Amino acid sequence: MGYTILVFVKQVPDTQNITGEAMKPDGTVNRAALPAIFNPEDLNALELGLQLKERFGAKLIVGTMGPPNAAEVLRESLYRGADSTILLTDRAFAGADTLATSYALSKCAEKIGNFDLILCGRQAIDGDTAQVGPQLAEKLALPQIAYVEDVESLSKKKIRARRSIEGGYEVVEGPLPCLLTVVEANEPRPANAKNIMRRKKSMTRSELRKAHADANYTDAEMLVDEEEKLKAKGLWIEELSAADVGAEESRIGLKGSPTKVKQIESVVLRGADFKRIDPSEDGINALMHELIEDHTLG
Amino acid sequence: MAEKRGNVWIFIEQEGGKIANVSLELVCKGRELANRLGVKTEALLLGNGVADATETVIHHGCDKVFLVEDEALEPFTVLPYAKSIVDLVKKHKPNILLFGATNKGRELGPRVASELLCGLTADCTDLKIDDFDDKINKKSYKDKLMQIRPAFGGNIIATIVNTWEDPQIVTVRPGVMKLAPPDKSRKGEVEKVAPEITDTEKVVKVIERIRKEKDVDLQASQIIVAGGYGVGSKDNFKLIEGLAKAIGGDVGASRAAVDAGWISHDHQVGQTGVTVRPKLYIACGISGSIQHRAGMSESGKIIAINTDPEAPIFSCAHYGIVGDLNEVIPKMIKAFKAKV
Repeated sequence: MGYTILVFVKQVPDTQNITGEAMKPDGTVNRAALPAIFNPEDLNALELGLQLKERFGAKLIVGTMGPPNAAEVLRESLYRGADSTILLTDRAFAGADTLATSYALSKCAEKIGNFDLILCGRQAIDGDTAQVGPQLAEKLALPQIAYVEDVESLSKKKIRARRSIEGGYEVVEGPLPCLLTVVEANEPRPANAKNIMRRKKSMTRSELRKAHADANYTDAEMLVDEEEKLKAKGLWIEELSAADVGAEESRIGLKGSPTKVKQIESVVLRGADFKRIDPSEDGINALMHELIEDHTLG
Repeated sequence: MAEKRGNVWIFIEQEGGKIANVSLELVCKGRELANRLGVKTEALLLGNGVADATETVIHHGCDKVFLVEDEALEPFTVLPYAKSIVDLVKKHKPNILLFGATNKGRELGPRVASELLCGLTADCTDLKIDDFDDKINKKSYKDKLMQIRPAFGGNIIATIVNTWEDPQIVTVRPGVMKLAPPDKSRKGEVEKVAPEITDTEKVVKVIERIRKEKDVDLQASQIIVAGGYGVGSKDNFKLIEGLAKAIGGDVGASRAAVDAGWISHDHQVGQTGVTVRPKLYIACGISGSIQHRAGMSESGKIIAINTDPEAPIFSCAHYGIVGDLNEVIPKMIKAFKAKV
């Protein structure tokens, strides 16, 4: 029997491609105007998981915490080769900082149980904190190997991984189960056409209910029936609430978050004392002269 | 009577007994925060055979160093470090705990904060003491640590406050806090601590370790000539090197130039590279993404050379030259040589 690998991923706003309109006039972020994408380094974590599955045999479960439409990154994971997926969603999770997030994810991991490895991307591009991976490891009392580039070997008891350190790399060995955070060191495979065909109708319970409501179906039995059918076909995205994973109310969402945002400012570009220099020989001579005179140069 | 306030702590990162610059920058900042709060500045120095480094830490402003030495603390693995720090925090209850936002600090900080159930803010670029009125929960806090950091890819600056129990823990980006010269007459106390590290923390073993010193230490540079995608080719990067050499500077680069393979990552300036604050920064063919500007906008003087007059780099520059760097740079070299 192979390994069970959990990969935790996040749907994030595409902060690398923010346009002016993405900021509201009051300086807060207009999340609605930002395209939601699969966090880049989480794709590296998923890719590492898929490679481990190919090399050693594993069941790959991808989980995410987020709003209902975060199911999108789970479908994307299925297209790339994940075996099953879990959406942890609940209004009570809203406003979570990294401590509350890692607690919620730890409850989700405990609910799944019996895993050998947890993989996370090093960090998400909306916050760039790199905190959730190590905090999740701590919450589950697991050892962590951060900044993993590749896994060298895996056995039932041990994992040997190469990880990036300042100015080089390190090969470390640790026991299973264990948590790895993964850096941008592999090429995530694209979605597989066959998987897309096979799994594009994957959905969560909320999505199924919505589809029924939209079609004006009212037969509750039919809903149960369809759910069973989807499950049988491997098209079911498990949807879990805070209560489903047994998360304590005081430790999730805003309530479970020690850090509060006091203030947010948009980055103001400094325009003071700007001098346009003519690219001619005279212009540049004058500039260099000025810099030497004020002891910036020379 | 007011409750006794804890001290300001700094985690001292070392590699082979050599202290990371960021740790000394944080000692200087920590000293400033401690003075403002009327408490002491204390450092945590962990490793094995690193006692010699305590002096440097004290000279930079610490009143006391907790010297924690054990075989299990060399080479660095996260679990023994986290255990030692958590035990010390529980015993002494510091008010503030600062880590450098290095690879080590960014995996150690979360582990420590999570176990202590404390808030943690990553990659701060500024720290201040101020009061906080939590209007939502109708609570007021006095003299809290304002944890200031860029978020959303550098598009916004957020001020974060930890409202739960102390310590208030942050990681701080290297190069953003000013490093003051050491005061060699400064005296401080060294307290030796024997950590209680068990087999549970020793489960991850380092099998092999390959490190090399950086090609260049841009954080120490006074003059940086940086090239971006507009340089056009690896070969053309010689132009950047030529100007740097002529005026006694070092070579920097934008992420685009590094990704193109024209120069090594050690030269990269910006959010995913180093943060620099030289006397003079010359940006050549760099459009100036917000991520790049985050790493250099505090430079004393900034010259931007770009063919596109709308390039965002001009918004943070003091001098702007709209022109082709292939023509401008040789003129600069010539003009400089003629003057000196």
